[in-house]
Amino acid sequence: MPDLLIELFSEEIPARMQAGAREALRQRVTDGLVEAGLSYAHARAWSTPRRLVLAIEGLSARSPDLKEERKGPRVDAPEKALDGFLRSTGLTKDQLQARDDKKGQVWIAVIEKPGRDAAEIVAEVLEATIRNFPWPKSMRWGTGSLRWVRPLQSILCLLTTEAGAEVVPLEIDGIRAGDMTRGHRFMAPEPVRVTGFEDYAVKLKRANVMLDQDERAEQIWHDATNAAFAQGLEVVEDKGLLTEVAGLVEWPVVLMGAIGEAFLDLPPEVLQTSMKEHQKFFSVKDPKTGRIVRFVTVANRETADNGETILKGNGKVLSARLSDAAFFWGNDLAVAKAGMEEWRQALTHVTFQSALGSQADRIGRIAALAREIAPLVGADPDLAEQAAKVAKLDLASQMVYEFPELQGLMGRYYAEAAGLPAEVAEACALHYKPLGPSDEVPTAPVSVAVALADKMDTLTGFWAIDEKPTGSKDPFALRRAALGVIRLVLTGTIRMPLTEVSAWALSRLTETGKGTAADLLSFLHDRLKVHLRDQGIRHDVIDACLAMPGNDDLTLLVKRAGALQAVLGTEDGENLVQGFKRANNILTQAEEKDGVEYSFGADRKFADDPAEDALFDALDVAEAAIGPAMEAEDFAAAMAAMAALRAPIDAFFEAVQVNSDNEIIRRNRLNLLHRIRTTCGRVADLTRIDG
Amino acid sequence: MSDGKPRSFQEIILRLQTYWASKGCAILQPYDMEVGAGTFHPATTLRSLGTRPWAAAYVQPSRRPTDGRYGENPNRMQHYYQYQVLIKPSPPDLQELYLGSLAAIGIDFDYHDIRFVEDDWESPTLGAWGLGWEVWCDGMEVSQFTYFQQVGGHDCHPVSGELTYGLERLAMYVLGIDHVMDMPFNDPDAPIALKYGDVFRQTEEEYSRWNFDVADTDKLLHFFEAAEAECARILDQPTEDPRSGKRIIMVHPAYDQCIKASHFFNLLDARGVISVTERQAYIGRVRALAKRCADAFVETKAGGWTGDAPAAAN
Repeated sequence: MPDLLIELFSEEIPARMQAGAREALRQRVTDGLVEAGLSYAHARAWSTPRRLVLAIEGLSARSPDLKEERKGPRVDAPEKALDGFLRSTGLTKDQLQARDDKKGQVWIAVIEKPGRDAAEIVAEVLEATIRNFPWPKSMRWGTGSLRWVRPLQSILCLLTTEAGAEVVPLEIDGIRAGDMTRGHRFMAPEPVRVTGFEDYAVKLKRANVMLDQDERAEQIWHDATNAAFAQGLEVVEDKGLLTEVAGLVEWPVVLMGAIGEAFLDLPPEVLQTSMKEHQKFFSVKDPKTGRIVRFVTVANRETADNGETILKGNGKVLSARLSDAAFFWGNDLAVAKAGMEEWRQALTHVTFQSALGSQADRIGRIAALAREIAPLVGADPDLAEQAAKVAKLDLASQMVYEFPELQGLMGRYYAEAAGLPAEVAEACALHYKPLGPSDEVPTAPVSVAVALADKMDTLTGFWAIDEKPTGSKDPFALRRAALGVIRLVLTGTIRMPLTEVSAWALSRLTETGKGTAADLLSFLHDRLKVHLRDQGIRHDVIDACLAMPGNDDLTLLVKRAGALQAVLGTEDGENLVQGFKRANNILTQAEEKDGVEYSFGADRKFADDPAEDALFDALDVAEAAIGPAMEAEDFAAAMAAMAALRAPIDAFFEAVQVNSDNEIIRRNRLNLLHRIRTTCGRVADLTRIDG
Repeated sequence: MSDGKPRSFQEIILRLQTYWASKGCAILQPYDMEVGAGTFHPATTLRSLGTRPWAAAYVQPSRRPTDGRYGENPNRMQHYYQYQVLIKPSPPDLQELYLGSLAAIGIDFDYHDIRFVEDDWESPTLGAWGLGWEVWCDGMEVSQFTYFQQVGGHDCHPVSGELTYGLERLAMYVLGIDHVMDMPFNDPDAPIALKYGDVFRQTEEEYSRWNFDVADTDKLLHFFEAAEAECARILDQPTEDPRSGKRIIMVHPAYDQCIKASHFFNLLDARGVISVTERQAYIGRVRALAKRCADAFVETKAGGWTGDAPAAAN
């Protein structure tokens, strides 16, 4: 069983594409080999900035011989039919066999496909893989037409057996596969000949290349945390950055340096973002003060001066960057302290969305909406409006222009600098939240009011101009906004009539399109279903509650759903649904047949069975309990009262025949069933419950 | 070529010139117009189009009005120099050639960390894009390295390799200078030793003030429109020159107007009178000019027109 080693050596591959490329290489090559009839024991892929590597163990040496029999026309069929068969099989008439079939003799073609050597198959599969590789972005170079992520320089492709190594014959656009690779670009640039994976791995390490990306990441993290620990400090964890940095180096060397005194007063988020975005540095913080005090950079080599020059250079670049950040910070603080008027003006010239006006227009709408929503969330309307008016002003600041991901966070600092109330500053930072299903949900009333207003404005705005999400397309992140509304409302148990709020917001938009409040509500309901399903609430339970009035009050809706799900979990509850459905079905059929509605009210005097009497009693009790419970929105009590009907309903059906021969008794019983329907129907629409 | 560390800004430029000359590049002079980057030089923009081989290197003074800081920022200026190399088709050892140029200006790889970090280059105004890297030396971006894929809306066949060095930044790093204005421009031991600030501090102040506060925006707008109209008018002329009877497509004069329009746009931008939505529209207008120039260039001899192929009707 040979082993296969492939190395695609190129100019530097973007770090963010390496993981996908490893997987694609492994998948496409192994799929291709298997499809061609080879099998293998194990396949693994690695990447460095300059190479994609795949090692396959235990590959079959040849694909098996295949024999296929195909049935052709009858022996006495016209010449034309036979000609067609010969063409499709590629055989001549004398190669066919005549065999007996049910309908007489037919021609049989026996096609033999001899197996092929692994090398031949590997060459084919690798060429197809290279030519059709799914790079997110690829390019041409020189005079060639081959596309790769960056110029492909060499291909190593070896089949290794006990007998030795064999180069797979393969040439793509002038690049001939061989058994040579190269080490580290600077530390060991000489060509290296290899004989198989083990030899390759050993020689690469000797040539200062750590092939395994996970090993590089581990070493970086280990060395960085050790260096920080030695000084009583901590590296700020950042998995994404670690993966990226591990993809930028073949021979990682961790170096820790100091941040200039002058910059230690910058907000920690600014330090961290600037260092990460521009320099790919890790932040190192002092756990005692929470401040960022050092940086960790990862070099791609060892040097004669143990990294001193590299560290000095990196420190210098950082100082220049942070000088810029300090410059922005200083300018921004000046604007903030002057009341942010400059930003307010600037945002009148910044378009939010062509049909929805400028950012300033948008802020105006959000502020009005925040004022409306404030009483519903227990916030002071003046504060909510004020917060909404400043929450997005940082979009015009220099710092946010430079680092868009700091929006909101900078707003908080600027609001504080402007001497605005703490609630307002907090709302600046938190009003974008929650940004996803697991992001923190704000609970401070002013923040909640602005967060809700922001999202409702986005939803109603894009609804009004008919830019709703379709399928996988959701360019304005409206699903996220809807989930944000849902999580804010549910977390704060906020009682907000969404239809009314949406209609109010829609009515204030100059662009009034096709979107309606009802339509938007059904979108929110869809998102709610997804959200609740993730929380373990059954979809039929949600449907049963959605069918009830007041369904634009999500807090009420979810409370009802929770109570219903709980009662359905009890034996009474589960069986009540059966009883209810039986009653409802009989009633519906009778109503259809008779063309009347049995809602006259049942009369106890026509009850002629103790079970029937008992049901009258039970319904009296249940109705008396459910009414006040529903008034008080005590769904648990209402559901319990409803579930208590289970035994009497079961007993009733056990004892009596609804469709009695006596028409008076029959009608009375149907009217009694109608009471069951009405009573239960006040709690939830049980017809929607499965089973 | 002199050994060891260079001593001045100009020595670094001279070493780059000598190095790229030794590698076979034609050493051109700067283009005599205001441009935002070395890429705008017709030796790059136009010469990257068509099939004819090309190899050129040059210094290009570049202007970015919004980057003006009155000469106070240690490394940000509204006027600076780029060093530009364009080789078509891109040679297979372009990375090695490039690294050789760093060695030539005194960067010792035994002490420095050189990295090729993903950077997709795009010039919306030129309708151009390419893939490549920022080259980092000890975390400092010292060059842009790009394989042109498209210019002026045309696919590049063959592909050009483009190198752009930010000369001040690179030189400051090599010379160990913290503020650009303190950098020796000529040799520090020259009888009249000049620093970068002696040459440029005053002009940075003057242009910063003019760019940000004084430039007449109405006039700039008018200039922009005039350049745009002239570019189109030039390209609308018939291919055959009535005076000489020759086929003369006036690509370069038209492209000059495109460069002017681009610069006026940059000035308007620095004056803060262009809104975000308008911005896209202006960029689109400059791109339309660049595209027309590119279309016209490939109909000329330098652009690969052989006279046998049917020329597009003009």
